[in-house]
Amino acid sequence: MKRGGKVWSWFWMILGILYFFLPLVATFLFSLRAKKGILSFLAYSELFKDSSFIKGFSYSILWGFLTIIVGILIFVPTAYWVRLRVPQFRTAVEFITLLPFVIPAIVFVFGLVRTFSQPPFLIVDSPLLLVAGYTVLSMPYMYRSIDTGLRSIDVQTLTEAGQSLGAGWGTILFRIILPNIRVAILSGAFLSFAIVIGEYILAQYLAKPAFAPYLAYLIQQKAYEPAAATIISFALTWACMGIINLFGRGQEGQIAGGH
Amino acid sequence: MNTINSVKRGAPKARPVLPKISWAWLGVMPFFLFALIFLLYPSSNLALRSFQDTNTHAFTLGNFVHLLQNPGLINAYWTSIKISLVTSVGGGIFGFFLAYSAIRGGLPRFMRTSLMTFCGVASNFAGIPLAFAFIALLSPSGVLTGWLMALGYNPYFHGFQLYTFWGLSMVYMYFQFPLMVLVIAPAIDGLRREWLEAAENLGASTFQYWRYVALPILLPSILGTMILLFGNSFGAFATAQALTGGSINLVTIRIGAQLRGDVLGDAGLGYALAFGMVFVMAAAIIGYTSLQRQSERWLR
Repeated sequence: MKRGGKVWSWFWMILGILYFFLPLVATFLFSLRAKKGILSFLAYSELFKDSSFIKGFSYSILWGFLTIIVGILIFVPTAYWVRLRVPQFRTAVEFITLLPFVIPAIVFVFGLVRTFSQPPFLIVDSPLLLVAGYTVLSMPYMYRSIDTGLRSIDVQTLTEAGQSLGAGWGTILFRIILPNIRVAILSGAFLSFAIVIGEYILAQYLAKPAFAPYLAYLIQQKAYEPAAATIISFALTWACMGIINLFGRGQEGQIAGGH
Repeated sequence: MNTINSVKRGAPKARPVLPKISWAWLGVMPFFLFALIFLLYPSSNLALRSFQDTNTHAFTLGNFVHLLQNPGLINAYWTSIKISLVTSVGGGIFGFFLAYSAIRGGLPRFMRTSLMTFCGVASNFAGIPLAFAFIALLSPSGVLTGWLMALGYNPYFHGFQLYTFWGLSMVYMYFQFPLMVLVIAPAIDGLRREWLEAAENLGASTFQYWRYVALPILLPSILGTMILLFGNSFGAFATAQALTGGSINLVTIRIGAQLRGDVLGDAGLGYALAFGMVFVMAAAIIGYTSLQRQSERWLR
């Protein structure tokens, strides 16, 4: 299998590269066709003049940031505490963090809408619900990254060292543990960010402004601007993944978002 | 949980000790509370309602009976399962060859790192933008369609359709095979070179090496990951919605329609539809974890 094997390796690689790049190249070429007969960046400038694009995009970035903050505030103390004091909860916590894999996003939002659009919990219109929903969707990735990070440091010793120097829990968590696992947190955060930016289902059905529902609407209306928007969103996904790779070499968990 | 210290026996004179309760479990309560409110309660609410009569709220299996009697909905499950089978097996095989080529195929080292990065991006590049990328590529006015037409071949004259089953399968493959590469890579890494050398020294052919050594070891991982891929496409909604405008009959599309308004005319049926989906997904995940556990025997 020496020589023949190598030819096949190249064959599969080239096929993979074609599959990966052809749609992107096509989208890029398409985005340049807005002016008849010549290639131009007209679609991009039209897009940036569109106030609903700016609105959807900036809201998505806002949702992304809020999701990361809520995620860190909930999952870091939990993962830390499970490791340090209550390992008997590990199975239960891990089971819950993996539930979003079992419950498809569309079913999840179905449950959210039906549950929170009637008393006693009438919060379906609140942005709080959207951020909470995104936090749930990003939970498998966020929690896993944080837990992997905690595994690589000596939680027990760091905590005891902090305590013997008179640090409180807040200081220990946010000034000792958090900085020590910042690479793991960052990789989880950027992955969550990429997921939230491209996420369609939650924003659409909870009727909040966001990038993906705007893009879906734009596809119905125009031909070239959605191509430009797709390229921008792809560049953003790429940037997030690039940053994760840069920071967290060897980290696991960069797998799949909501499709 | 040894939270309570029992009073020592055989020490009658001792002062009664107040039971000492550990409050450590309180630390994980914010998490459980969050999960309860925003994940467990809404989901169990859905499950509960699928077993409830819409009007009387009494327990019933009627919703599932109606589901089984509804050919349109059965067809939706069937289409969803078919597309998931096609793209998990297809994406699984392609992804495996790709990963094996990059890791053990004798290609330059940088190919492996770039493949992993590409796959990280591609498996996260899904939903609406992905659908549009394929519209730009292969719709009747798409770029590749244009190139093919310039060569005198119009795929649309030969039965090709982007907005139907096979078109959508092609689009799904874009996030399926990269996921396969990412998940299967550690298993291929675990395949020891000594095994190949030992097999060769004993005079095994390439076919025999694969048939009797590599494949039996890798098979649980490959099948397990394919099941993961199955779930990945079974739950997909946004891509299909954007590409076909909801014209393809998938379970997720039907649930999306039901969510916008009770198009089934039977709320309970909608809940049963959603619950059935979770059931299939749970079966897939259980299959994945048990196969994964099996493969850990060899690959460590």
